[in-house]
Amino acid sequence: MTSFDASPSSAAQPEPDTRRLRMVRLLLPLLVLAAGVVLWELVVRLNNIPAYVLPGPGAVFRTLVQDWPVLSQSLLTTLLTTLEGFVAAAIGGIILAVLFNQSKWLEYSLFPYAVILQVTPVIAIAPLLLIYLPQQTAVVVCAWIVAFFPVLSNTTLGLNSVDRNLAGLFQLYGASRIQTLRYLKLPSALPFILAGLRIAGGLSLIGAVVAEIAAGSAGAGSGLAYRIAESGYRLNIPRMFAALLLLSAAGIVIYGLLALASHLMLRHWHESALGKEN
Amino acid sequence: MAGPAALSESAAAPAGAAVSLRGVTKVYDSGLLALGPLDLDVRSGEFVSLLGPSGCGKSTALRLIAGLKAPTSGSVGVSHHSGQARAGHSNGFAIGFVFQEPTLMPWTSVRENVRLPLKLAHASLAESDARVREALAQVGLTEFADAYPRELSGGMKMRVSLARALVTDPDILLMDEPFAALDEITRFRLNNDLLSVWRNLRKTVIFVTHSVFESVYLSQRVIVMTSRPGRLSTEIRIDTPEPRGEDFRTSAAYAAYCRMVSNALAPSYAGQSGS
Repeated sequence: MTSFDASPSSAAQPEPDTRRLRMVRLLLPLLVLAAGVVLWELVVRLNNIPAYVLPGPGAVFRTLVQDWPVLSQSLLTTLLTTLEGFVAAAIGGIILAVLFNQSKWLEYSLFPYAVILQVTPVIAIAPLLLIYLPQQTAVVVCAWIVAFFPVLSNTTLGLNSVDRNLAGLFQLYGASRIQTLRYLKLPSALPFILAGLRIAGGLSLIGAVVAEIAAGSAGAGSGLAYRIAESGYRLNIPRMFAALLLLSAAGIVIYGLLALASHLMLRHWHESALGKEN
Repeated sequence: MAGPAALSESAAAPAGAAVSLRGVTKVYDSGLLALGPLDLDVRSGEFVSLLGPSGCGKSTALRLIAGLKAPTSGSVGVSHHSGQARAGHSNGFAIGFVFQEPTLMPWTSVRENVRLPLKLAHASLAESDARVREALAQVGLTEFADAYPRELSGGMKMRVSLARALVTDPDILLMDEPFAALDEITRFRLNNDLLSVWRNLRKTVIFVTHSVFESVYLSQRVIVMTSRPGRLSTEIRIDTPEPRGEDFRTSAAYAAYCRMVSNALAPSYAGQSGS
Protein backbone atom coordinates (compact mmCIF):
# COMPACT_ATOMS: atom_id res chain seq x y z
CA MET A 1 0.00 0.00 0.00
CA THR A 2 2.73 2.45 0.95
CA SER A 3 4.72 1.70 -2.18
CA PHE A 4 1.57 2.27 -4.20
CA ASP A 5 1.19 5.69 -2.66
CA ALA A 6 4.83 6.56 -3.05
CA SER A 7 5.21 5.89 -6.75
CA PRO A 8 3.08 8.71 -8.16
CA SER A 9 4.63 11.32 -5.93
CA SER A 10 8.16 10.24 -6.84
CA ALA A 11 7.20 10.18 -10.49
CA ALA A 12 5.91 13.72 -10.25
CA GLN A 13 9.15 14.98 -8.75
CA PRO A 14 11.89 14.47 -11.33
CA GLU A 15 12.41 18.17 -11.91
CA PRO A 16 13.05 19.28 -8.35
CA ASP A 17 15.23 16.18 -7.98
CA THR A 18 17.50 17.05 -10.87
CA ARG A 19 17.60 20.65 -9.74
CA ARG A 20 18.66 19.57 -6.27
CA LEU A 21 21.31 17.31 -7.78
CA ARG A 22 22.66 20.22 -9.81
CA MET A 23 22.78 22.41 -6.68
CA VAL A 24 24.65 19.67 -4.82
CA ARG A 25 27.13 19.31 -7.65
CA LEU A 26 27.76 23.05 -7.55
CA LEU A 27 27.84 23.38 -3.77
CA LEU A 28 30.07 20.44 -2.87
CA PRO A 29 33.23 21.68 -4.63
CA LEU A 30 32.62 25.16 -3.18
CA LEU A 31 32.33 23.62 0.27
CA VAL A 32 35.61 21.78 -0.23
CA LEU A 33 37.21 25.05 -1.36
CA ALA A 34 35.98 26.91 1.70
CA ALA A 35 37.17 24.13 4.00
CA GLY A 36 40.57 24.13 2.28
CA VAL A 37 40.96 27.89 2.65
CA VAL A 38 39.99 27.81 6.32
CA LEU A 39 42.36 24.90 6.99
CA TRP A 40 45.17 26.70 5.18
CA GLU A 41 44.64 29.90 7.22
CA LEU A 42 44.50 27.89 10.46
CA VAL A 43 47.70 25.98 9.72
CA VAL A 44 49.54 29.21 8.92
CA ARG A 45 48.26 31.03 12.02
CA LEU A 46 48.56 28.25 14.56
CA ASN A 47 52.13 27.41 13.53
CA ASN A 48 53.14 31.05 13.10
CA ILE A 49 54.52 30.30 9.64
CA PRO A 50 56.14 33.45 8.20
CA ALA A 51 54.74 34.81 4.92
CA TYR A 52 58.01 34.22 3.01
CA VAL A 53 57.61 30.48 3.64
CA LEU A 54 53.85 30.02 3.31
CA PRO A 55 51.47 33.01 3.18
CA GLY A 56 47.93 32.46 4.36
CA PRO A 57 45.02 32.92 1.96
CA GLY A 58 44.32 36.33 3.50
CA ALA A 59 47.84 37.52 2.72
CA VAL A 60 47.58 36.17 -0.82
CA PHE A 61 44.29 37.97 -1.34
CA ARG A 62 45.72 41.24 0.06
CA THR A 63 48.67 40.96 -2.31
CA LEU A 64 46.32 40.31 -5.18
CA VAL A 65 44.50 43.55 -4.43
CA GLN A 66 47.62 45.62 -3.64
CA ASP A 67 49.62 44.42 -6.64
CA TRP A 68 46.63 44.49 -9.00
CA PRO A 69 48.12 47.19 -11.29
CA VAL A 70 51.23 45.07 -11.91
CA LEU A 71 49.47 41.70 -11.93
CA SER A 72 46.60 42.79 -14.19
CA GLN A 73 49.11 44.09 -16.72
CA SER A 74 50.91 40.75 -16.62
CA LEU A 75 47.62 38.86 -16.88
CA LEU A 76 46.76 40.82 -19.99
CA THR A 77 50.14 40.08 -21.56
CA THR A 78 49.82 36.35 -20.88
CA LEU A 79 46.24 36.23 -22.10
CA LEU A 80 47.20 38.01 -25.30
CA THR A 81 50.01 35.52 -25.92
CA THR A 82 47.66 32.65 -25.19
CA LEU A 83 45.03 34.04 -27.54
CA GLU A 84 47.54 34.53 -30.34
CA GLY A 85 48.91 31.03 -29.88
CA PHE A 86 45.42 29.57 -29.73
CA VAL A 87 44.20 31.33 -32.86
CA ALA A 88 47.35 30.32 -34.72
CA ALA A 89 46.93 26.72 -33.50
CA ALA A 90 43.24 26.63 -34.45
CA ILE A 91 43.78 28.02 -37.94
CA GLY A 92 46.99 26.07 -38.55
CA GLY A 93 45.61 22.79 -37.20
CA ILE A 94 42.35 22.96 -39.14
CA ILE A 95 43.97 24.06 -42.41
CA LEU A 96 46.67 21.41 -42.15
CA ALA A 97 44.07 18.72 -41.42
CA VAL A 98 41.99 19.78 -44.42
CA LEU A 99 45.08 19.71 -46.66
CA PHE A 100 46.02 16.26 -45.31
CA ASN A 101 42.47 15.10 -46.00
CA GLN A 102 42.63 16.33 -49.60
CA SER A 103 46.07 14.94 -50.36
CA LYS A 104 47.34 11.65 -48.97
CA TRP A 105 50.81 12.52 -50.33
CA LEU A 106 50.94 15.63 -48.20
CA GLU A 107 49.72 13.70 -45.17
CA TYR A 108 52.29 10.93 -45.55
CA SER A 109 55.07 13.50 -46.04
CA LEU A 110 54.27 15.84 -43.17
CA PHE A 111 52.33 13.98 -40.49
CA PRO A 112 55.41 12.34 -38.90
CA TYR A 113 56.91 15.78 -38.36
CA ALA A 114 53.76 17.02 -36.70
CA VAL A 115 54.06 14.09 -34.31
CA ILE A 116 57.75 14.83 -33.67
CA LEU A 117 56.92 18.44 -32.91
CA GLN A 118 54.28 17.25 -30.47
CA VAL A 119 56.38 14.67 -28.59
CA THR A 120 59.44 16.90 -28.16
CA PRO A 121 59.00 18.69 -24.82
CA VAL A 122 58.30 22.33 -25.49
CA ILE A 123 60.29 23.41 -22.45
CA ALA A 124 63.36 22.09 -24.28
CA ILE A 125 62.52 23.88 -27.53
CA ALA A 126 61.68 27.23 -25.95
CA PRO A 127 65.27 28.37 -25.24
CA LEU A 128 66.23 27.64 -28.86
CA LEU A 129 63.27 29.56 -30.21
CA LEU A 130 64.23 32.51 -28.01
CA ILE A 131 67.66 32.59 -29.62
CA TYR A 132 66.39 32.64 -33.19
CA LEU A 133 63.13 34.60 -32.93
CA PRO A 134 62.13 37.94 -31.42
CA GLN A 135 60.87 37.27 -27.93
CA GLN A 136 57.18 37.99 -28.49
CA THR A 137 57.16 35.83 -31.62
CA ALA A 138 58.99 33.02 -29.85
CA VAL A 139 56.43 32.97 -27.04
CA VAL A 140 53.53 32.77 -29.49
CA VAL A 141 55.28 30.03 -31.47
CA CYS A 142 55.68 28.03 -28.26
CA ALA A 143 51.99 28.32 -27.50
CA TRP A 144 51.25 27.29 -31.08
CA ILE A 145 53.51 24.23 -30.99
CA VAL A 146 51.83 22.89 -27.87
CA ALA A 147 48.29 23.64 -28.95
CA PHE A 148 48.08 22.85 -32.64
CA PHE A 149 48.49 19.08 -32.49
CA PRO A 150 45.21 18.24 -30.74
CA VAL A 151 43.40 20.43 -33.26
CA LEU A 152 45.17 18.70 -36.15
CA SER A 153 44.63 15.15 -34.96
CA ASN A 154 41.00 15.69 -33.88
CA THR A 155 40.09 17.47 -37.11
CA THR A 156 41.74 14.69 -39.12
CA LEU A 157 39.75 12.09 -37.20
CA GLY A 158 36.55 14.06 -37.77
CA LEU A 159 37.11 14.51 -41.49
CA ASN A 160 37.65 10.76 -41.81
CA SER A 161 34.54 9.84 -39.81
CA VAL A 162 32.01 10.84 -42.44
CA ASP A 163 28.94 8.60 -42.79
CA ARG A 164 29.60 6.25 -45.71
CA ASN A 165 26.10 6.47 -47.14
CA LEU A 166 26.08 10.26 -46.97
CA ALA A 167 29.37 10.25 -48.85
CA GLY A 168 27.71 7.97 -51.45
CA LEU A 169 24.82 10.40 -51.71
CA PHE A 170 27.17 13.31 -52.39
CA GLN A 171 28.87 11.19 -55.05
CA LEU A 172 25.52 10.33 -56.63
CA TYR A 173 24.58 13.99 -56.92
CA GLY A 174 27.93 14.82 -58.50
CA ALA A 175 29.24 16.97 -55.63
CA SER A 176 32.59 18.61 -56.24
CA ARG A 177 35.48 18.23 -53.76
CA ILE A 178 34.85 21.70 -52.40
CA GLN A 179 31.13 20.99 -51.96
CA THR A 180 31.84 17.68 -50.23
CA LEU A 181 34.28 19.44 -47.91
CA ARG A 182 32.00 22.34 -47.15
CA TYR A 183 28.63 20.64 -46.86
CA LEU A 184 29.63 17.20 -45.62
CA LYS A 185 33.10 16.78 -44.18
CA LEU A 186 33.48 19.99 -42.18
CA PRO A 187 30.01 19.81 -40.58
CA SER A 188 30.52 16.16 -39.61
CA ALA A 189 33.94 17.02 -38.24
CA LEU A 190 32.65 19.98 -36.21
CA PRO A 191 32.20 18.11 -32.90
CA PHE A 192 35.72 16.71 -33.24
CA ILE A 193 37.16 20.10 -34.14
CA LEU A 194 35.49 21.70 -31.13
CA ALA A 195 36.83 18.97 -28.83
CA GLY A 196 40.31 19.66 -30.22
CA LEU A 197 39.91 23.39 -29.65
CA ARG A 198 38.83 22.81 -26.06
CA ILE A 199 42.06 20.94 -25.38
CA ALA A 200 44.06 23.51 -27.35
CA GLY A 201 42.74 26.39 -25.20
CA GLY A 202 44.30 25.03 -22.03
CA LEU A 203 47.43 23.91 -23.81
CA SER A 204 48.13 27.29 -25.39
CA LEU A 205 48.09 28.80 -21.89
CA ILE A 206 50.63 26.19 -20.82
CA GLY A 207 52.74 26.91 -23.90
CA ALA A 208 52.67 30.64 -23.18
CA VAL A 209 53.69 30.07 -19.55
CA VAL A 210 56.52 27.73 -20.48
CA ALA A 211 57.90 30.21 -22.99
CA GLU A 212 57.57 33.09 -20.55
CA ILE A 213 59.49 31.20 -17.91
CA ALA A 214 62.22 30.33 -20.40
CA ALA A 215 62.31 33.93 -21.59
CA GLY A 216 62.01 35.32 -18.06
CA SER A 217 65.33 33.85 -17.05
CA ALA A 218 66.84 35.65 -20.02
CA GLY A 219 65.77 38.84 -18.30
CA ALA A 220 62.83 40.29 -20.23
CA GLY A 221 59.06 39.96 -20.48
CA SER A 222 56.20 40.88 -18.22
CA GLY A 223 53.71 37.99 -18.33
CA LEU A 224 52.29 36.23 -15.26
CA ALA A 225 54.78 33.37 -15.48
CA TYR A 226 57.58 35.93 -15.54
CA ARG A 227 56.06 37.51 -12.41
CA ILE A 228 56.11 34.13 -10.70
CA ALA A 229 59.78 33.56 -11.57
CA GLU A 230 60.72 37.09 -10.56
CA SER A 231 58.81 36.93 -7.27
CA GLY A 232 60.53 33.64 -6.54
CA TYR A 233 63.96 35.27 -6.82
CA ARG A 234 62.79 38.04 -4.51
CA LEU A 235 61.18 35.69 -2.02
CA ASN A 236 57.89 37.53 -2.56
CA ILE A 237 55.94 34.33 -1.97
CA PRO A 238 52.46 35.93 -1.57
CA ARG A 239 52.80 37.44 -5.03
CA MET A 240 53.82 34.05 -6.45
CA PHE A 241 50.60 32.59 -5.08
CA ALA A 242 48.56 35.53 -6.35
CA ALA A 243 49.98 35.16 -9.87
CA LEU A 244 49.41 31.40 -9.75
CA LEU A 245 45.82 32.02 -8.70
CA LEU A 246 45.30 34.28 -11.69
CA LEU A 247 46.80 31.70 -14.06
CA SER A 248 44.41 29.01 -12.78
CA ALA A 249 41.48 31.39 -13.08
CA ALA A 250 42.51 32.24 -16.64
CA GLY A 251 42.68 28.52 -17.49
CA ILE A 252 39.24 27.88 -16.03
CA VAL A 253 37.71 30.83 -17.89
CA ILE A 254 39.29 29.76 -21.19
CA TYR A 255 37.97 26.23 -20.79
CA GLY A 256 34.55 27.49 -19.77
CA LEU A 257 34.28 29.83 -22.74
CA LEU A 258 35.29 27.13 -25.21
CA ALA A 259 32.92 24.61 -23.65
CA LEU A 260 30.11 27.16 -23.89
CA ALA A 261 30.92 27.95 -27.53
CA SER A 262 30.97 24.24 -28.31
CA HIS A 263 27.63 23.70 -26.58
CA LEU A 264 26.00 26.59 -28.44
CA MET A 265 27.20 25.30 -31.79
CA LEU A 266 26.17 21.68 -31.23
CA ARG A 267 23.04 22.01 -29.10
CA HIS A 268 20.64 21.44 -31.98
CA TRP A 269 21.93 18.15 -33.17
CA HIS A 270 24.89 16.49 -31.49
CA GLU A 271 24.47 13.78 -28.86
CA SER A 272 27.08 15.34 -26.59
CA ALA A 273 25.07 18.57 -26.28
CA LEU A 274 21.59 17.09 -25.92
CA GLY A 275 19.63 16.67 -22.74
CA LYS A 276 19.17 13.17 -21.34
CA GLU A 277 15.44 13.08 -22.03
CA ASN A 278 16.02 12.86 -25.77
CA MET B 1 33.91 5.79 -61.77
CA ALA B 2 31.23 7.01 -64.12
CA GLY B 3 33.23 5.80 -67.12
CA PRO B 4 31.76 2.37 -67.87
CA ALA B 5 28.20 3.40 -67.06
CA ALA B 6 28.37 6.51 -69.21
CA LEU B 7 29.81 4.52 -72.09
CA SER B 8 27.00 2.00 -72.10
CA GLU B 9 24.22 4.53 -71.80
CA SER B 10 24.07 5.08 -75.51
CA ALA B 11 24.82 1.45 -76.32
CA ALA B 12 22.14 -0.50 -74.48
CA ALA B 13 18.70 0.51 -73.19
CA PRO B 14 16.18 -0.71 -75.75
CA ALA B 15 13.19 1.50 -76.46
CA GLY B 16 10.97 1.93 -73.39
CA ALA B 17 13.55 0.48 -70.98
CA ALA B 18 14.67 2.81 -68.24
CA VAL B 19 17.35 0.51 -66.92
CA SER B 20 18.98 -2.44 -68.59
CA LEU B 21 21.77 -4.63 -67.28
CA ARG B 22 23.62 -6.99 -69.60
CA GLY B 23 25.85 -9.72 -68.17
CA VAL B 24 26.72 -7.57 -65.18
CA THR B 25 29.08 -9.05 -62.60
CA LYS B 26 30.73 -7.60 -59.54
CA VAL B 27 33.81 -9.11 -57.95
CA TYR B 28 34.86 -7.63 -54.61
CA ASP B 29 38.46 -6.71 -53.88
CA SER B 30 38.70 -9.90 -51.84
CA GLY B 31 38.12 -11.88 -55.06
CA LEU B 32 34.61 -12.87 -54.01
CA LEU B 33 32.06 -12.97 -56.84
CA ALA B 34 29.17 -11.06 -55.33
CA LEU B 35 26.83 -10.68 -58.24
CA GLY B 36 25.90 -12.07 -61.58
CA PRO B 37 26.12 -12.47 -64.35
CA LEU B 38 22.84 -10.59 -64.22
CA ASP B 39 20.54 -9.48 -67.03
CA LEU B 40 17.71 -7.16 -66.16
CA ASP B 41 15.41 -4.84 -68.04
CA VAL B 42 13.12 -2.42 -66.28
CA ARG B 43 10.51 -0.60 -68.29
CA SER B 44 9.98 3.07 -67.85
CA GLY B 45 7.37 3.68 -65.15
CA GLU B 46 7.53 0.13 -63.85
CA PHE B 47 7.68 -0.85 -60.16
CA VAL B 48 10.08 -3.77 -59.78
CA SER B 49 11.23 -5.48 -56.58
CA LEU B 50 14.51 -7.32 -56.22
CA LEU B 51 13.95 -10.05 -53.66
CA GLY B 52 16.59 -12.38 -52.32
CA PRO B 53 18.42 -13.66 -49.26
CA SER B 54 20.77 -11.24 -47.50
CA GLY B 55 24.19 -11.07 -49.09
CA CYS B 56 22.89 -12.04 -52.55
CA GLY B 57 24.14 -8.82 -54.07
CA LYS B 58 20.81 -7.06 -54.57
CA SER B 59 22.08 -3.91 -52.87
CA THR B 60 25.22 -4.14 -54.97
CA ALA B 61 23.08 -4.28 -58.11
CA LEU B 62 21.32 -1.11 -57.01
CA ARG B 63 24.61 0.68 -56.40
CA LEU B 64 25.82 -0.36 -59.85
CA ILE B 65 22.71 1.12 -61.43
CA ALA B 66 23.21 4.32 -59.42
CA GLY B 67 26.79 4.55 -60.64
CA LEU B 68 28.11 4.45 -57.07
CA LYS B 69 30.16 1.41 -58.06
CA ALA B 70 31.47 0.21 -61.40
CA PRO B 71 30.66 -3.31 -62.61
CA THR B 72 33.56 -5.74 -63.01
CA SER B 73 32.16 -6.79 -66.35
CA GLY B 74 29.02 -6.25 -68.41
CA SER B 75 27.16 -3.06 -69.11
CA VAL B 76 24.77 -0.92 -67.12
CA GLY B 77 22.44 1.14 -69.24
CA VAL B 78 20.40 3.96 -67.74
CA SER B 79 18.29 6.08 -70.03
CA HIS B 80 17.08 9.49 -69.02
CA HIS B 81 14.60 10.68 -71.53
CA SER B 82 13.20 13.65 -69.69
CA GLY B 83 14.74 17.09 -69.90
CA GLN B 84 16.30 16.73 -66.46
CA ALA B 85 19.60 15.40 -67.74
CA ARG B 86 21.47 18.66 -67.42
CA ALA B 87 25.09 18.81 -68.32
CA GLY B 88 27.31 17.85 -65.43
CA HIS B 89 24.57 16.35 -63.31
CA SER B 90 23.56 13.42 -65.47
CA ASN B 91 23.23 10.71 -62.84
CA GLY B 92 22.16 12.89 -59.98
CA PHE B 93 19.14 14.26 -61.76
CA ALA B 94 18.04 11.02 -63.39
CA ILE B 95 18.25 8.88 -60.28
CA GLY B 96 17.00 9.23 -56.74
CA PHE B 97 18.44 6.88 -54.13
CA VAL B 98 16.93 5.91 -50.79
CA PHE B 99 19.27 4.04 -48.47
CA GLN B 100 18.43 1.47 -45.83
CA GLU B 101 19.09 4.08 -43.15
CA PRO B 102 17.56 7.54 -43.52
CA THR B 103 21.09 8.92 -44.10
CA LEU B 104 20.23 12.46 -43.12
CA MET B 105 22.64 15.19 -42.14
CA PRO B 106 21.98 15.58 -38.40
CA TRP B 107 23.39 19.10 -38.25
CA THR B 108 20.74 20.73 -40.36
CA SER B 109 16.98 20.97 -40.69
CA VAL B 110 14.64 18.75 -42.66
CA ARG B 111 14.27 21.49 -45.27
CA GLU B 112 18.02 21.77 -45.84
CA ASN B 113 18.37 17.99 -45.98
CA VAL B 114 15.79 17.81 -48.74
CA ARG B 115 17.36 20.79 -50.50
CA LEU B 116 20.79 19.14 -50.63
CA PRO B 117 20.63 17.63 -54.17
CA LEU B 118 19.49 20.99 -55.58
CA LYS B 119 22.16 22.88 -53.66
CA LEU B 120 24.83 20.56 -55.03
CA ALA B 121 23.50 21.30 -58.51
CA HIS B 122 23.73 25.06 -57.87
CA ALA B 123 19.98 25.58 -58.26
CA SER B 124 18.73 29.03 -57.38
CA LEU B 125 17.26 29.50 -53.94
CA ALA B 126 13.84 30.51 -55.28
CA GLU B 127 13.58 27.45 -57.51
CA SER B 128 14.81 25.07 -54.83
CA ASP B 129 12.43 26.54 -52.22
CA ALA B 130 9.44 25.69 -54.37
CA ARG B 131 10.65 22.19 -55.15
CA VAL B 132 11.56 21.43 -51.55
CA ARG B 133 8.08 22.51 -50.47
CA GLU B 134 6.54 20.29 -53.10
CA ALA B 135 8.66 17.27 -52.17
CA LEU B 136 7.85 17.67 -48.48
CA ALA B 137 4.15 17.93 -49.32
CA GLN B 138 4.37 14.69 -51.32
CA VAL B 139 5.50 12.80 -48.22
CA GLY B 140 3.24 14.74 -45.84
CA LEU B 141 5.95 16.51 -43.86
CA THR B 142 5.19 20.14 -44.66
CA GLU B 143 4.91 21.10 -41.00
CA PHE B 144 8.22 19.53 -40.08
CA ALA B 145 10.40 21.50 -42.49
CA ASP B 146 12.22 23.29 -39.68
CA ALA B 147 12.67 20.27 -37.41
CA TYR B 148 16.01 18.59 -36.95
CA PRO B 149 16.28 14.92 -37.91
CA ARG B 150 16.78 13.82 -34.29
CA GLU B 151 13.34 15.19 -33.41
CA LEU B 152 11.63 12.85 -35.89
CA SER B 153 10.54 9.23 -35.56
CA GLY B 154 12.11 6.52 -37.68
CA GLY B 155 9.23 6.54 -40.16
CA MET B 156 9.35 10.32 -40.54
CA LYS B 157 13.11 10.26 -41.11
CA MET B 158 12.51 7.76 -43.89
CA ARG B 159 9.91 10.10 -45.41
CA VAL B 160 12.48 12.90 -45.40
CA SER B 161 14.86 10.57 -47.17
CA LEU B 162 12.18 9.84 -49.75
CA ALA B 163 11.42 13.54 -50.20
CA ARG B 164 15.11 14.19 -50.80
CA ALA B 165 15.16 11.49 -53.48
CA LEU B 166 12.07 13.01 -55.12
CA VAL B 167 13.19 16.63 -55.03
CA THR B 168 15.17 16.44 -58.26
CA ASP B 169 12.14 14.88 -59.98
CA PRO B 170 14.21 11.87 -61.09
CA ASP B 171 13.07 9.36 -63.69
CA ILE B 172 14.27 6.44 -61.63
CA LEU B 173 13.92 5.81 -57.92
CA LEU B 174 16.28 3.25 -56.40
CA MET B 175 15.34 2.04 -52.93
CA ASP B 176 17.62 -0.18 -50.87
CA GLU B 177 15.52 -1.94 -48.19
CA PRO B 178 14.25 1.46 -47.10
CA PHE B 179 11.65 0.26 -44.61
CA ALA B 180 13.50 -2.75 -43.19
CA ALA B 181 14.26 -1.09 -39.86
CA LEU B 182 10.73 0.17 -39.20
CA ASP B 183 7.96 -1.39 -37.17
CA GLU B 184 5.23 -3.16 -39.13
CA ILE B 185 2.51 -0.53 -38.81
CA THR B 186 4.79 2.29 -39.92
CA ARG B 187 6.02 0.07 -42.68
CA PHE B 188 2.49 -0.59 -43.99
CA ARG B 189 1.73 3.12 -43.95
CA LEU B 190 4.89 3.97 -45.82
CA ASN B 191 4.13 1.20 -48.33
CA ASN B 192 0.79 2.84 -49.03
CA ASP B 193 2.34 6.29 -49.25
CA LEU B 194 5.02 5.06 -51.61
CA LEU B 195 2.39 3.46 -53.83
CA SER B 196 0.40 6.68 -53.99
CA VAL B 197 3.55 8.67 -54.82
CA TRP B 198 4.28 6.16 -57.56
CA ARG B 199 0.71 6.33 -58.88
CA ASN B 200 0.90 10.13 -59.06
CA LEU B 201 4.38 10.53 -60.45
CA ARG B 202 4.89 7.29 -62.42
CA LYS B 203 8.57 6.98 -61.64
CA THR B 204 10.48 3.87 -62.48
CA VAL B 205 11.06 2.23 -59.10
CA ILE B 206 13.56 -0.50 -58.32
CA PHE B 207 12.92 -1.65 -54.78
CA VAL B 208 15.30 -3.98 -52.96
CA THR B 209 13.78 -5.96 -50.10
CA HIS B 210 13.99 -9.27 -48.32
CA SER B 211 10.31 -9.24 -47.41
CA VAL B 212 8.07 -11.41 -49.57
CA PHE B 213 4.96 -9.57 -48.38
CA GLU B 214 6.35 -6.16 -49.14
CA SER B 215 7.52 -7.15 -52.61
CA VAL B 216 4.13 -8.60 -53.57
CA TYR B 217 2.20 -5.68 -52.13
CA LEU B 218 4.20 -3.02 -53.93
CA SER B 219 5.43 -4.30 -57.25
CA GLN B 220 4.22 -5.06 -60.69
CA ARG B 221 7.05 -7.53 -61.05
CA VAL B 222 9.06 -9.41 -58.41
CA ILE B 223 12.53 -10.55 -59.41
CA VAL B 224 13.66 -13.40 -57.19
CA MET B 225 17.42 -13.71 -56.90
CA THR B 226 19.59 -16.68 -55.97
CA SER B 227 22.00 -16.66 -53.05
CA ARG B 228 25.54 -15.46 -53.70
CA PRO B 229 26.55 -14.88 -56.38
CA GLY B 230 23.19 -13.24 -57.05
CA ARG B 231 21.55 -14.22 -60.31
CA LEU B 232 18.05 -14.00 -61.63
CA SER B 233 16.14 -17.01 -60.36
CA THR B 234 12.48 -16.41 -61.15
CA GLU B 235 10.37 -13.55 -62.27
CA ILE B 236 6.81 -13.21 -61.03
CA ARG B 237 4.34 -10.73 -62.41
CA ILE B 238 1.82 -9.35 -59.92
CA ASP B 239 -1.15 -8.56 -62.11
CA THR B 240 -3.46 -7.03 -59.51
CA PRO B 241 -4.48 -3.65 -60.88
CA GLU B 242 -3.92 -0.35 -59.14
CA PRO B 243 -4.93 1.21 -56.89
CA ARG B 244 -3.98 -1.38 -54.30
CA GLY B 245 -4.95 -0.73 -50.72
CA GLU B 246 -5.46 -2.49 -47.43
CA ASP B 247 -8.12 -4.71 -49.11
CA PHE B 248 -5.46 -6.19 -51.31
CA ARG B 249 -3.28 -6.95 -48.27
CA THR B 250 -5.98 -9.23 -46.88
CA SER B 251 -7.22 -10.70 -50.17
CA ALA B 252 -6.90 -14.30 -51.31
CA ALA B 253 -5.06 -13.20 -54.43
CA TYR B 254 -2.42 -11.52 -52.26
CA ALA B 255 -1.97 -14.66 -50.17
CA ALA B 256 -1.65 -16.75 -53.32
CA TYR B 257 1.00 -14.46 -54.75
CA CYS B 258 2.91 -14.49 -51.48
CA ARG B 259 2.86 -18.29 -51.49
CA MET B 260 4.08 -18.34 -55.07
CA VAL B 261 6.92 -15.92 -54.37
CA SER B 262 7.88 -17.76 -51.17
CA ASN B 263 8.10 -21.01 -53.09
CA ALA B 264 10.21 -19.33 -55.73
CA LEU B 265 12.48 -17.97 -53.04
CA ALA B 266 12.88 -21.27 -51.17
CA PRO B 267 15.67 -22.71 -53.39
CA SER B 268 17.72 -19.55 -52.78
CA TYR B 269 17.77 -20.36 -49.09
CA ALA B 270 18.25 -24.11 -49.61
CA GLY B 271 22.03 -23.83 -49.79
CA GLN B 272 22.24 -21.86 -46.57
CA SER B 273 21.29 -24.56 -44.08
CA GLY B 274 21.04 -23.33 -40.55
CA SER B 275 20.79 -19.66 -41.38
